[in-house]
Amino acid sequence: MTAVAESPAVGEVTALTVTLKILRTNPEGTADHAAGESYWEEFQVEAHATDRVLDALHKVKWDQDGSLSFRRSCAHGVCGSDAMRINGRNRLACKTLLKDLNPARPITVEPIKGLPVEKDLIVDMEPFFASYREIMPFLMTTGTAPERERLQSPEDRARFDDTTKCIMCAACTTSCPVFWTDGQYFGPQAIVGAHRFIFDSRDEGQWDRLEILNDKAGVWKCRTAFNCTEACPRGIEVTKAISEVKKALTSGDV
Amino acid sequence: MWMWVVHRVTGVAIFFFLLVHVLDTALVRVSPEAYNEVIGSYKTPLYGLVEAGLVAAILLHAFNGLRIIAVDHSTWALRHQKQLVWAVWIIFAVLMAGFLPRHLMHVFGGA
Repeated sequence: MTAVAESPAVGEVTALTVTLKILRTNPEGTADHAAGESYWEEFQVEAHATDRVLDALHKVKWDQDGSLSFRRSCAHGVCGSDAMRINGRNRLACKTLLKDLNPARPITVEPIKGLPVEKDLIVDMEPFFASYREIMPFLMTTGTAPERERLQSPEDRARFDDTTKCIMCAACTTSCPVFWTDGQYFGPQAIVGAHRFIFDSRDEGQWDRLEILNDKAGVWKCRTAFNCTEACPRGIEVTKAISEVKKALTSGDV
Repeated sequence: MWMWVVHRVTGVAIFFFLLVHVLDTALVRVSPEAYNEVIGSYKTPLYGLVEAGLVAAILLHAFNGLRIIAVDHSTWALRHQKQLVWAVWIIFAVLMAGFLPRHLMHVFGGA
């Protein structure tokens, strides 16, 4: 086309300098910090208002300090790898725009809380996945498998639609104040995962799962703080799902 | 999350009040004179302020407790829990506005 460099295009995105304040941990230690010690480090990056926090982290890692460690895979809010605590709230770095964060002040980036930190923003997700495995997140049926697909009415499908959106990023579980103090608690995500099967009309293992969640480390640990619902990058009504599991347990109706 | 913190803090505070309350009331069985002395100390301005704090804690714990019950039982309340937090604080403010002037007049004015 014939765009001229001197005349800025309509609606051009403003460039800005943002400061990232990152909580770092190196298990092997650095010149200034002991092994496993956590410390804050600030980085300045040139970015656009429409860039995401993940882009800013990339700029740090690619151009300033290659030792900075964080997880990311798809970078588009689908894989759930880059949940982190940004300005005190759990979010996906790839779905958080700088312009929504007040770039005038340093943007704090911390690993999600309640899971052991391995390095910088990377945490050990194993306790989180172990809870998910415990609620048996797979179809359980009796009798012989039908020759064709198992049919379901749109109403029955809608019953658990919300909890099928989970991408297992752990933003909910690691925002839960009960999980922070009691690692035995299954956490919101495992309950969301169980909800997806408990209220599926094709599944027959609902009472096996409900029995597991009736444990003292199960749904009754939920104190309806609503942090999980606010943290979920997929907009799942997590507290509502937990509440429905509680109701199934008290009423006996699924 | 902050209402969760408020609920824990007020709950623990009320628990310690009840503990002290059981002890001071039980004292009348041991020694009526000591009981009178202890109860008399509650009439000092310092305890007057502690009493105001106790009423505040009980009001917050009570109305937030009702909010939690509502959230557990109704989807509407669950979806409007933030507005219900405001409702708790407004009810709290109205009741405290009615209670505090009269209470503080008793404590400091001798009325």
